[in-house]
Amino acid sequence: MKAAMIVARREFAAYFATPVATVFIVIFLVLTGALTFTLGGFFTRGQADLIPFFSFVPWLFLFLVPALTMRLWAEERRLGTIELLLTLPITPGQAVVGKFLAAWAFCAVALALTFPLWITINVLGQPDNGVVLTGYLGCLLVAGAYLAIGTAISALTRNQVIAFVLAVAACFLFAAAGSPVVTEFLSANLPVMADVARGLSVNERFAGFTRGVISARDFIFFASFIAFWLFLNAVILEHKKAD
Amino acid sequence: MTALIEIEGLTKRFGSFTAVDHVSFSVARGEVVGFLGPNGAGKSTTMRMLAGFMPPTDGTARICGHDIVDSPVPAKRELGFLPEGAPTYPEMSVIDFLAFCARIRGFRGAEKDDRVATAMTRTQLEGVRLQPIETLSKGFKRRVGLAQALLHSPPVLVLDEPTDGLDPNQKHEVRELIREMAPDKAIIISTHILEEVAAVCTRAIVIARGRVLADSTPAALVADGRSMDDVFRSLTLGEAA
Repeated sequence: MKAAMIVARREFAAYFATPVATVFIVIFLVLTGALTFTLGGFFTRGQADLIPFFSFVPWLFLFLVPALTMRLWAEERRLGTIELLLTLPITPGQAVVGKFLAAWAFCAVALALTFPLWITINVLGQPDNGVVLTGYLGCLLVAGAYLAIGTAISALTRNQVIAFVLAVAACFLFAAAGSPVVTEFLSANLPVMADVARGLSVNERFAGFTRGVISARDFIFFASFIAFWLFLNAVILEHKKAD
Repeated sequence: MTALIEIEGLTKRFGSFTAVDHVSFSVARGEVVGFLGPNGAGKSTTMRMLAGFMPPTDGTARICGHDIVDSPVPAKRELGFLPEGAPTYPEMSVIDFLAFCARIRGFRGAEKDDRVATAMTRTQLEGVRLQPIETLSKGFKRRVGLAQALLHSPPVLVLDEPTDGLDPNQKHEVRELIREMAPDKAIIISTHILEEVAAVCTRAIVIARGRVLADSTPAALVADGRSMDDVFRSLTLGEAA
């Protein structure tokens, strides 16, 4: 764990040493702000909560998180630094966890910077701040799930564009799995799969958090989802590190 | 005489192509082995396997008794490795990069700072310590890679083309550094520069098409009065013809 934290610290600093951090955070804040106030009707709905904000965050993460993860391994391959990193006395698993934690902490920073919305609802009314907090926790878990997928896919290729497109597609699969379109189609044609699809849906699990409910099942889902993809990442890395 | 590096039947196949074909040798403390061969001979592949980056198809190697396949992390702890092209994180400053490597290798606090300072002194990097690595010239970048390999004073050094891209003065300095460290380490360097072998190495191994063609002292290779160039050409081309 110590080695993973050292890797994470270096990675985290690397975001801020390049324009990646600024661009990502600014775009994220502009888009969440714009969507919340226009499409979400933040003021016109006359309720002091962050439901409009939380409804857009998972869909924004769908595109922004793969943009963050596409370079994680692909760039190490391109620069050849993967050879340096993996010949230091650490296991591939430690390197994977380190990179993931750094990216996750970075997403947490981006989410934390949306605090003016939270201040606004507290000025305008009496929101249930517990619900707001669980909503943020849910956003962080969705980010973690997408990061874990994206990082694993990044380890498959040295081409960042391919890593991005594949990661968006994979994340979309898990985002849309619980949507009415998919579940209705499956119920009509493949009833067995409908429940499976809903069970694997990231957005379905996230919905509970936005209502202020933290259930052990949802929590375990996210934890095992992330652990699975990180494990897959370590396996991919072990087998493809020198390719 | 204890062998710090033991390579046993190391083999790497990429599909039907055999890049490294049952290479075996061992290197004892105090030896500097010059690894010679034409491009694509399997030098870098052998070194990558030794450093635990590429898994061997067959055979294995031990570094200070630690098997690179069965216990890679202890083996890597005893090893300083300069990968081909000396890759480093471009956005980091020299001192941050070396501090990162020192931390990964388990050094903390004052000892970490000492290690980083010593490594920078030995490779003459103090002048650029706060510069981002991407702004440095090729020679400096190579020295950053070298500093990273020396940082923890490992008993085993594997350096892939340590003097490539350096000017004659820098080459001289790197050779002096290697000579200075040689008595208490086992060192393997790969190179294209034949006079470098005569200058710093106690032993030369010539490899082509993945096989070891010669393994002796540089003096013995040229004992019959031929130049190093001729020996190299006849060894590496002779078999292809």
